[in-house]
Amino acid sequence: MLSKKQARAFFLGGTVVTFLIFIGLTIYSFSKAQDQSNDGNITEAVVRGKQIWEENNCMGCHTILGEGAYYAPELTKVIERRGEGYIKAVLMTPVDWAPNGRKMVAYGFSQEEAEDVIAFFNWIGDIDLNGFDTVVSPLAKDEN
Amino acid sequence: MKYKSQKVAYWFFALSMLLFGLQIIYGFIMGFAHAGFDGLHSAIPFNTARAVHTNLLVVWLLSGFMGAAYYIIPEEAQRELVSVKLAYVQLISLAVVGVIAIVGYHFNYWEGRKFLEIPRPLDYLVVVNVLLFLGIILTTLFKGKRRTTTALVLSMGLLFAALLYLPGMLPFDSQVKDSFFRWWVVHLWVEGVWELIMGGILSFLLIKLTGVDREVIEKWLYVIVGLTFLSGVLGTGHHYYYIGVNKIWLIVGGIFSALEPLAFLAMALFAVNMYRKGEKKHPNKLALYWTLGAAIVSFIGAGLLGFAHTLPQTNLYTHGTLVTAMHGHLAFWGAYAMIVLAIISYSLPNMTGRKLYESTRGRMAFWMSNIGMIGMTVAFGVAGVVQVYLERKLKMEFMEVQKEIEVHFMVLIICATLFLLGITLYMIDFYKHGRPTDEALEASSN
Repeated sequence: MLSKKQARAFFLGGTVVTFLIFIGLTIYSFSKAQDQSNDGNITEAVVRGKQIWEENNCMGCHTILGEGAYYAPELTKVIERRGEGYIKAVLMTPVDWAPNGRKMVAYGFSQEEAEDVIAFFNWIGDIDLNGFDTVVSPLAKDEN
Repeated sequence: MKYKSQKVAYWFFALSMLLFGLQIIYGFIMGFAHAGFDGLHSAIPFNTARAVHTNLLVVWLLSGFMGAAYYIIPEEAQRELVSVKLAYVQLISLAVVGVIAIVGYHFNYWEGRKFLEIPRPLDYLVVVNVLLFLGIILTTLFKGKRRTTTALVLSMGLLFAALLYLPGMLPFDSQVKDSFFRWWVVHLWVEGVWELIMGGILSFLLIKLTGVDREVIEKWLYVIVGLTFLSGVLGTGHHYYYIGVNKIWLIVGGIFSALEPLAFLAMALFAVNMYRKGEKKHPNKLALYWTLGAAIVSFIGAGLLGFAHTLPQTNLYTHGTLVTAMHGHLAFWGAYAMIVLAIISYSLPNMTGRKLYESTRGRMAFWMSNIGMIGMTVAFGVAGVVQVYLERKLKMEFMEVQKEIEVHFMVLIICATLFLLGITLYMIDFYKHGRPTDEALEASSN
């Protein structure tokens, strides 16, 4: 049977090898040619939108890219599904939004803030998600 | 208890218990909101409850791990901790950072990145705190009479856990990259280095409780943590299927996550075998229950239920649904909560000198909390599968589906109540042991 020394070699060897492969694959998948995230289209508005998204912990209820909590709808492709006007109304409303009895915090964003968040959603909407978006957003026009 | 400084562990465990209790309360708030009773919405909206619930989990487990290290390292290194005073400073600063973060979440003071909600300025305090902790542990180990594999694996786990906190602090403009590197922290913690910590604690407990030769146990410890890293590092890929990165992760993540249950299976088989082999009958049966329980439940919760939705074909539908909550609950309970409760059950009688380890209360605590948690997992599982089917197959609206599954959350709340009763009994046991005392030093041999 395996000796303790061999067991240690297995542990250290396995760790180093898999970690190096992991780093290699990370570099590969972020190389320009492999980019699926529509990285070039990140504008200042998108960055501000992401900031608003984080400052208010939207992920504490919603999911985006399938990440977050499971209390409120997935927001990938939400603009295509609902349209900008609807989203803007939700973001700017001064009273709790509860279209189906489940309440959302009334953030009462300003016009600019709402537009930044919409820019963020629009950018998310153009990401190639390997088919996930067609599952969560059947109404999405773009069936990529 | 052989060394006076081990007593410090008691206060880390006490903090653990307190935060664990709070975590459960916030869990109830979320359960009720899901069931349609969100009366607290204006005071504690769901996203606040969620941030508090998950962050408290992390902090109470970390506090438990730190306590475990302060208890185990002196005994393994055969010397006192280098500084008890600094250990208390570290404890208090941990509690202070935790409290500021938790209170802050109620006032929109956070960073909305799932599991890493602690705002940036506090991140730096966390880093300082962990450096202090590692300093105490590693210096003690370095100056100690011996360096055992158990101690090395445990310290290595704690060291890597600290290092892997850093990728979570990198700033990104792209949500995709943000998510990608957030998993370096979250996944590589819970499916990587935390398993080293768990393995270290498990092997310490098995050595003490079964009396099997250290050489045998430590050899298997290497094999198990080897399997963990071999599968878990590239298994990170199962978070990368559908977040906007290359398709290569579908293959890499799929294959290596399929291997992940092996590490947990090995852990369960190892613990049960060592127990069977053991000739020594340690009187602390409760600690043995929790130890074997942790190994077995982690295999079911983390290994099997994890595997149930990490194949890309399945995950396409389950990604971002309650199926994740189903797996998450039993995995964290089995792997990490139970191992912390195991080390507390083992060390508490040694630190306080009160040997309350053959009590009906202790056994009830074990069974009620486990049955409660399994019930909760089933409730989440059924709700999750229904959600996937209605929402993602039949294309029903999100909220229509949520109305359909409200009833499962009533079941969840009932099971959670049983779980809460179990944990309450455990806490009563903790309290009844009283404070640690130096007189326990000579009284206990193990």
